[in-house]
Amino acid sequence: MRGVRRWIAEGTAQRWLAGAALLMALAMIVGLVGVVVSVSASFFWPRPLVELRLASGAVVLGEEWGREEDPGAANQSRLRLKTGNRDVAGLDFRWVREAEVTGRRIPADAWLLERREYGNFYGVPRSLEGPQGSLPADHPAFAQRLEAALAEARRLVAREEQLLRRASRLHEPVAELRLRLAAAHRQGKDTTGLEGQLAEASRREQEAAAPLVAELVVLRERAAAVELVMATADAQERRIPVAGVVRAVPVNRLSAGGKIALYLARWWEFLSGEPRESNTEGGIFPAIFGTALMVLLMTVAVVPLGVITAVYLNEYARDNAFTGAVRLALANLAGVPSIVFGAFGLAFFVYTVGGGVDRLFFSDTLPTPTFGTGGILWASLTLALLTVPVVVVATEEGLQAVPQAVRDGARALGATRWQTLRRVVLPYATPGILTGTILAVARGAGEVAPLMLTGVVKLAPALPLDGTPPFFHLERKFMHLGFHIYDVGFQSPNIEAAKPMVYATVLVLLLLVVALNLTAITLRSRLRRRLRSAAV
Amino acid sequence: MNGAALATAALTCGFGEHTVLQDVSLSVPPRRITALIGPSGCGKSTLLRCFNRMNDHLPGFFLRGKVLVDGRSVYDPAWPVESLRFTVGMVFQKPNPFPLSIRENVLFGPRLAGVAAPAELEEILVRSLESAQLWEEVKDRLDTSAFALSGGQQQRLCIARAMASGPDILLLDEPASALDPIATARLEETILELAERVTVLLVTHNMQQAARLAHRTAFLYLGRLVEEGETVRLFEAPQEKLTEDYVTGRFG
Repeated sequence: MRGVRRWIAEGTAQRWLAGAALLMALAMIVGLVGVVVSVSASFFWPRPLVELRLASGAVVLGEEWGREEDPGAANQSRLRLKTGNRDVAGLDFRWVREAEVTGRRIPADAWLLERREYGNFYGVPRSLEGPQGSLPADHPAFAQRLEAALAEARRLVAREEQLLRRASRLHEPVAELRLRLAAAHRQGKDTTGLEGQLAEASRREQEAAAPLVAELVVLRERAAAVELVMATADAQERRIPVAGVVRAVPVNRLSAGGKIALYLARWWEFLSGEPRESNTEGGIFPAIFGTALMVLLMTVAVVPLGVITAVYLNEYARDNAFTGAVRLALANLAGVPSIVFGAFGLAFFVYTVGGGVDRLFFSDTLPTPTFGTGGILWASLTLALLTVPVVVVATEEGLQAVPQAVRDGARALGATRWQTLRRVVLPYATPGILTGTILAVARGAGEVAPLMLTGVVKLAPALPLDGTPPFFHLERKFMHLGFHIYDVGFQSPNIEAAKPMVYATVLVLLLLVVALNLTAITLRSRLRRRLRSAAV
Repeated sequence: MNGAALATAALTCGFGEHTVLQDVSLSVPPRRITALIGPSGCGKSTLLRCFNRMNDHLPGFFLRGKVLVDGRSVYDPAWPVESLRFTVGMVFQKPNPFPLSIRENVLFGPRLAGVAAPAELEEILVRSLESAQLWEEVKDRLDTSAFALSGGQQQRLCIARAMASGPDILLLDEPASALDPIATARLEETILELAERVTVLLVTHNMQQAARLAHRTAFLYLGRLVEEGETVRLFEAPQEKLTEDYVTGRFG
């Protein structure tokens, strides 16, 4: 008994307790990051294609994605096999009881095709069919010719996308006139002038689009003319247009270097590409871009707002009931659930402010909203509101840390109150302001709930920042990594296939937050070094 | 009082209920070093800060009587407090450099006053740093942070900064209290040098320092001016019993 009391009195117990708490916190963080990193790092690594012969006589070809206990039979395990070929079998995955497997081999001639639609195809190529005739798969030039056909197909697809974009730009004046015409109809205005304009615009669009359409038709014919004949494991033949294939790889024959190259190429596609197949394949670039831009816009909005508030509270306002109430409100605001901010953002920014902007500047196109619907601007402002308490509190601390002697020094040199604030106090408080910014960024980058009400969507290939004037399209909806995780992981039609994508997206989101934070931390430590006083 | 650089007449001031200075009439001759001595809390610093109105920023400050700089009241409505402070510079107890480079610290005042010509700024920079005897030490690192300087150098930088506005009068509030003996000696040299150009009013705790530096010395006790005169006379033949007790170290 006495031993225990002494143990506590000397602080040994507390030390152990503190150590245990730290260890637990660390274990949880390391566990989270470890799982995310290991799953997403291995996801893009090429897996061998395994051919299994079953007791029923069926043959299946696919990637082994896991082994688990069979819930239907005790003490038996089953394999989770990604068999792809959704257009043939209807499903990407199937479970195979291990007891039913009678033969297993890794066929060297099996290829993996990553396709724009229907997911992966696993099979054995038979021949390449083109306008110049048929080339059998066992021909020595087959791989080379297929690669050339794929490159040509990529060119055709890129050109097709370019033509479609151009065509949709040509259509814009017509679409706008239609909206204005509809609005005029509703308001009972005279529409003859508008109708004339619309007819003229339509005529001009058709004129300008005719060569594009002609080229498109030719392109599509050329693209459809080249086909790959593949055989599935159960010897069904499929003709697959090469234009629909992103990548064709003889996975089981790949050397180590080839595997690494494929691994890196897949990561690159993931980071820089557009999503495919309702986001379960392809890349997440629009989401990365949307998240980064949204956080930057939020920072641009929240820092001035927070700093000005803190300056007012700390430098100008006297300590009275009002400032006390403001401080209390700020402290409590930090604890309000973020979905409440989302609801407020929707009601205030989207409907009230955005609706007002539409009535003032975009009344032609009403009731189709321009700013009166969710968009990246409103989402950023909502998050700015959410994070403003953090910035205010940190800035106030920074301001309180400015020595009175330094303020007096500036005043004694004849600086006015504003000059002192601007030239001495604020520079001194900058590390505090940056601390607030770091915390705000960390909080803002991780929020999803308010965004779902104020502008995030599942798919928005048009970025809020692009080459078409006025370059910033702040009214546009955007994609966000956090929402992407929710959507792909829990709302997608093909969750099994997309699960590793979710881990990879989490990893990217974490890295993005770390990168944004590191920028601010580096900036702060640099300023700190400049400010570190050698004074006595 | 005629020809005095700084003067007060029947000055009574304080904070709220508490009167700090009582009926002080003091006259400080130009281009001389005048020391204010007295025990802690006697109002030396408050008196000093009356001349550049720094007390006005403190809560509850009140003032009766006259405070004159070059014969003109510091509360003259036609004399904005900012331009008063261009004329009356001040250096504080602890070095208080700004979070800026050495150059920008020195040029802080001139820039406030609207000096923008690079050549003129450069000239002010060199002249001010030379007058604070800092030029040789910092001329190769003018754009580094002022915080990298030692305490003594920082204090001389503060003097250079005060001198850069071209003041006629310099108020020094125990400028050496935070410095070691060597840095103090260096600073005292600088102050002696400065007195050839400006009027110096020096608050000090250290009677040896007053004896070493000041041409004239004023002794304050409990908010009243007890005695004032040539330093040598005040230390060697004080007229008041209180002064004698203080300078001989019987209390303080």
